[in-house]
Amino acid sequence: MKTFYWLIKREFWENRGSFLWAPIITGGVFLLLNIMGIITAEVLGAQHGFDFGASGVLHRVGTQMDAGDMSKVALAMDVAMYSATALIAVVLGFVVFFYCLGALYDDRRDRSILFWKSLPISDSGTVLSKVACATVLAPAIAVVVGIIVGMALLIIVALTLSFHGVNMWQLLTLAHPFRVMANLISYIPIYLLWALPTVGWLLFCSAWARNKPFLWAVALPVATGLIVTWFDIMGLFRLPAAWFWGNVVQRGLLSVFPGSAVISNLNDPSSFRHVPSGAQGFGPLDLWQSYHLLATPALWAGVLAGLGLIAGAIWFRRWRDDS
Amino acid sequence: MSAVITASGLSKRYKSTLALDNVSFQIAPGRIVGLIGPNGAGKTTALKAILGLTDFTGELNVLGFDPRKQRDKLMGEVCFIADVAVLPRWIRVSEVVDFVANVHPRFDRTKCEAFLARTKLQAGQRVRQMSKGMIVQLHLALVMAIDAKLLILDEPTLGLDILYRKQFYHSLLEDYFDENKTIIVTTHQVEEVEQILTDLMFIRDGKIVLDADMDAVGERFTEVMVNADRADAVRALKPLDERQVFGKSIFLFDGVERAQLEVLGELRRPSVSDLFVATMKETYA
Repeated sequence: MKTFYWLIKREFWENRGSFLWAPIITGGVFLLLNIMGIITAEVLGAQHGFDFGASGVLHRVGTQMDAGDMSKVALAMDVAMYSATALIAVVLGFVVFFYCLGALYDDRRDRSILFWKSLPISDSGTVLSKVACATVLAPAIAVVVGIIVGMALLIIVALTLSFHGVNMWQLLTLAHPFRVMANLISYIPIYLLWALPTVGWLLFCSAWARNKPFLWAVALPVATGLIVTWFDIMGLFRLPAAWFWGNVVQRGLLSVFPGSAVISNLNDPSSFRHVPSGAQGFGPLDLWQSYHLLATPALWAGVLAGLGLIAGAIWFRRWRDDS
Repeated sequence: MSAVITASGLSKRYKSTLALDNVSFQIAPGRIVGLIGPNGAGKTTALKAILGLTDFTGELNVLGFDPRKQRDKLMGEVCFIADVAVLPRWIRVSEVVDFVANVHPRFDRTKCEAFLARTKLQAGQRVRQMSKGMIVQLHLALVMAIDAKLLILDEPTLGLDILYRKQFYHSLLEDYFDENKTIIVTTHQVEEVEQILTDLMFIRDGKIVLDADMDAVGERFTEVMVNADRADAVRALKPLDERQVFGKSIFLFDGVERAQLEVLGELRRPSVSDLFVATMKETYA
């Protein structure tokens, strides 16, 4: 257990830039853009004599809103909080993708594998520590940064509005920051399970390829998909090309992008059927929607495939050396 | 005491070449064994087999473990330095010391820090900022702080200047080696290890062509330096090798009585490099 902790720490040291700084910088840029947008609005508003303030439109916000308006404002603020994480999540997808692709390849290329292999560490420990970093550590850091940036944005917006005579505290109490946080944090286990086939495939290629793991990882499924489609077009063998692209190629390569589960589910209207009509929250990002995935065979088939690929990655890690 | 390594019938085939050809040998504890051979002779393959880094056929027992099946346990007892610059370039001195201290049960942190204090390495320094010599100093400090039974060095001083090379073997001998430890070293710089070896193994085309301790080597091989006029008489005794120095001929003999040679000229103890050249002379032909 202690060894595993240090293996994780080792991964963090090596990938501090992509695990920690990439989300922080993305969040910083996101905040900066928002502040620039607010300043632009203020300046343009002042130039055109359009006053948001005490006598303006926003004056009504605090005093004359009915319950429906209130919930819309609350939703807007929740969405603002989510949007920070959404941007970071896209970055996370790229980080995890390229991290997995290099995790078991880079040290073979620069021969430092000979150093790691000179230590009493099992190959399964090494590979599993990389799986844990891709599916737990990196998403957890991204979510924490996303929550901090979201809160900051919320406060900035509330502060801006308070200069226009809107009660900041009333606005803040309208939002549901804790529910947003809870939703984001509880999305991590779903992400872990959903991303497993892609993480497994990329680690497998990373451990197996003698060179150019990116090319193998991408070209192999895409080429297979093209062949399947080709047979499909000719009407030979009746291969289910659409199914193949959706469930093998896409799942094998793109599942590390958070939200890809929801997107692939959008094609399947039946997945929305079970959402209780009274469920609150923001559409596809709602937790209910995510946890609904647990009941789909697509998720569990992916988990199985992912575990198989990780086992394969461990085997290749054992026998591939620097040559 | 039982052998540290016992190999019998070790073979390893890469696509078209036989890297190890039915090799058998034993290495006893407390020895420093030089595994010496030309490029592509199978040295690194042999070491990789011992370390469980490659598959092979035949029997191999390293410290009671089968390297194919019990690699993780084996690596608790074995250390190795596979030439210079295999430390990850991104890692800092403090990080690598922390990491090894926490994953290696036989690592002595204070020892390692004492070794590092003798060098110019800084705790915050990254490997990519170091020269080759400094990387080897760091690697050696890590390895010497591990109480391992077997140390394997594969070209550990390749590309280092003479100061680092001398220091490397000096530290190894003074601060590390004792009768409970065994060191296997491969190198091309034969002259530098000659003085510290207790055993010599020559490997050529996947076969062990010489396996003897240094005393036996001294008894078995003799060089005799003779004037040109007596050269033909000496050639009749079928020397292993012949070379000319300052108008005199030096002949190398394997297992010929010293008394028989003494009458012909001046006897010398052959150096390992002369022996190596004589044994391997047709390798690249």
